[in-house]
Amino acid sequence: MLVQSAVFYFFATVLVLSALAMITVRNPVHAVLFLVLAFFTSAAIWLLLEAEFLGITLVLVYVGAVMVLFLFVVMMLDINLARMRAGFARYLPVGLLVGAAMAAEMIVILNTPAFDRPRPEPKAPDHSNTQELGELLFTEYVYPFELAGVILLVAIVAAITLTLRRRERAKSQRPSKQVRVDKKDRVRLVSMDSE
Amino acid sequence: MITLTHFLALGAILFSLGVAGIFLNRKNVILLLMAIELMLLAVNMNFIAFSHYLDDLAGQVFVFFILTVSAAEAAIGLAILVVLYRVRQTINVQDLESLKG
Repeated sequence: MLVQSAVFYFFATVLVLSALAMITVRNPVHAVLFLVLAFFTSAAIWLLLEAEFLGITLVLVYVGAVMVLFLFVVMMLDINLARMRAGFARYLPVGLLVGAAMAAEMIVILNTPAFDRPRPEPKAPDHSNTQELGELLFTEYVYPFELAGVILLVAIVAAITLTLRRRERAKSQRPSKQVRVDKKDRVRLVSMDSE
Repeated sequence: MITLTHFLALGAILFSLGVAGIFLNRKNVILLLMAIELMLLAVNMNFIAFSHYLDDLAGQVFVFFILTVSAAEAAIGLAILVVLYRVRQTINVQDLESLKG
């Protein structure tokens, strides 16, 4: 129990600090890296909550794909940092005030006894979270699961059509036209006397 | 002894940090998207905490769908951002005031 509390408080501290660093740091690349740290630590907290499959998925999908995409875009665009940061100090008080007020309100509500549940008994060591989740996903939630696949397909098509760039003056071959060419379109035989 | 309240409070703090991030970085579209990701992470944390303490796996299934949808959202958002930068040479929110295509 004590070890679990220590692990929870350690990861929670790292998570909150990295989130705080993410929203205040000057360089966008550093912000992305702090968000990656936040995802890693929350994956560890999810492991503490016995959600092993989702913890691994968070690292693989989020850190491995989405955050790399963010990093790629941040590095690709040439951002004027000084202009982006203008007004940061002006928005700092109101931002912190709103954030602190929201957090305080939610924590006041969460301190009611309804949420004060003890931790359930840990599952057996050979219990498989992935198998249980998979059985649920492919029976009861099979239509939402397929819809999720369709959503991903739509996202792929949308992202590619948005960023696909057709260059105006680019020269390229058209193989179908090349194959269909006929001799009589190209060659004209002329009979003429020798000179 | 860690109770459900601990995890929910952690989720609440993360969500508030995401909201504060939107306030602080309101000029930079990329950081706005990242603050949204942080808020989604806080929501997922709440779902998983409830799923564990109530012993109901439906919460984890929901987190799975949220991860899918937010990955799609991030991909499309970044694609729009790249197109925007190509057209306007800027992603500063203040420069995006014209509606004329």
